[in-house]
Amino acid sequence: MSLGTLPTTRDEQWRYADPAALETLAPADLDAWRAVTLAPGETRTKDLILGDAHAGIHRVRLDVGAGARAEIFAVLSGQAYTRLEVEVTLHDGAHFELGGVTIGGGAATREIVTRVNHAEPGATSNQVVRAVHWGSATGNFLGRIAVARHAQKTDAAQSFKGLLLERGASANAKPELEIFADDVKCAHGAAVGQMDEAARFYMASRGLPPEAARALLVRAFVADAFAAHGKPDALLEAALSPLEARA
Amino acid sequence: MTMLKIENLHATVGDTEILRGLSLEIGAGEVHAIMGPNGAGKSTLAYVLGGRPGYEVTAGSVTFDGEDMLALDPHERAAAGLFLGFQYPVEIPGVSNVQFLREALNSQRAARGEEPLTGGEFLKLAKEKAGLLRMDMEMLKRAVNVGFSGGEKKRAEMVHMGILDPKLAVLDETDSGLDIDALKVVGEGINAIMRAPGKAVLLITHYQRLLDYVQPDKVHILSKGRIVKSGGPELAIELEREGYEAAVAA
Repeated sequence: MSLGTLPTTRDEQWRYADPAALETLAPADLDAWRAVTLAPGETRTKDLILGDAHAGIHRVRLDVGAGARAEIFAVLSGQAYTRLEVEVTLHDGAHFELGGVTIGGGAATREIVTRVNHAEPGATSNQVVRAVHWGSATGNFLGRIAVARHAQKTDAAQSFKGLLLERGASANAKPELEIFADDVKCAHGAAVGQMDEAARFYMASRGLPPEAARALLVRAFVADAFAAHGKPDALLEAALSPLEARA
Repeated sequence: MTMLKIENLHATVGDTEILRGLSLEIGAGEVHAIMGPNGAGKSTLAYVLGGRPGYEVTAGSVTFDGEDMLALDPHERAAAGLFLGFQYPVEIPGVSNVQFLREALNSQRAARGEEPLTGGEFLKLAKEKAGLLRMDMEMLKRAVNVGFSGGEKKRAEMVHMGILDPKLAVLDETDSGLDIDALKVVGEGINAIMRAPGKAVLLITHYQRLLDYVQPDKVHILSKGRIVKSGGPELAIELEREGYEAAVAA
């Protein structure tokens, strides 16, 4: 996108965004890329909790050196339009891990947009995004994976699941694969559903009140996103607090 | 003393009436068995007693320990002392048995105005009940019913029952999916957990075989949504020998 042009929902990468929120953007919001370079062999983990105080657009550009490992774990739970964009270039044997959760009610759109460039051979990436919404809120994951012509032995995985607690909420997934190498593994899966009624009744029949059953089920659902995190407790608490506030 | 009293119970699922005037009374200290052919309404009875959404009571009453049970939500029925053993226990990925049961038990205790069990107290209790059903504690640390075989699920149900320690257990085909050895373990588990003066059991089953281990005081035949015949343990044996049609006609 050229400088000075604001995105609209006609742009592929913005198609599920909140149009009203896009109109309030200034060009400066879009150019604010935070660039991070990981040296060969380095490991870096960043936990991002984007709550009410961090609405708006967050853009991160990662250059992950050979054999390095970059991990981003994010919770998007603010009450206004919130978008996390991550653009990653993976060098020889590098790894990118993303665990993302969009959660919340109200009318806000919360979205995670990634572009993972497997630029060199042997790099791996794993992206797990979970969306839990109610009210008329929307959660999106737009994940593009590009595998360069010579980037053989690429292994890229993407998983998105949406859990809608109320009619009126929505979740969208848009996986995009651009593969120019032939010896690669790219897996992606997306599913959107509602709370499992059979599980809720089963839990109630053992004595769990509905709110407690729902909290346990949602915790298990979002925990997938932080499975690769050594100490996910703070992230889980941040992800679940909007749900507790709702109850 | 009467523990469960069902009077003229009618219930529908969707537009279909499944229970058509079912009456049954179970006293404290008793074990009753309900047998019946496929489609008689056995599982519907279990779900109606448990309060499953979608199972609508259109007439009649259910009184549990003197209280109107139909006025209670499912979790309130559990806190009042009802345990429903599922024919098809539900898998809950990502939630361990230990976590689930501790929260369930402490929710029940809170509803009864009792203090919660600490982690240590709970684990001690869970270990004891798992031992009773010869279930490895490692299984209880795994997600609820995920990857369990049919028999393991049923044994896990009985561990749940042991931990929650209900007054009344309604066990819906707990014997299905069990091999002979597991049937014996489950039968002994039911006796150990539920054979007490202040407790009662309603066994819902197709077959007589569980009743070899858990001797019922009364046996009822359910057909087309009503109890059509009641008797002692000999009725189950007669059923096994002659089939439902003959037994109902007799």
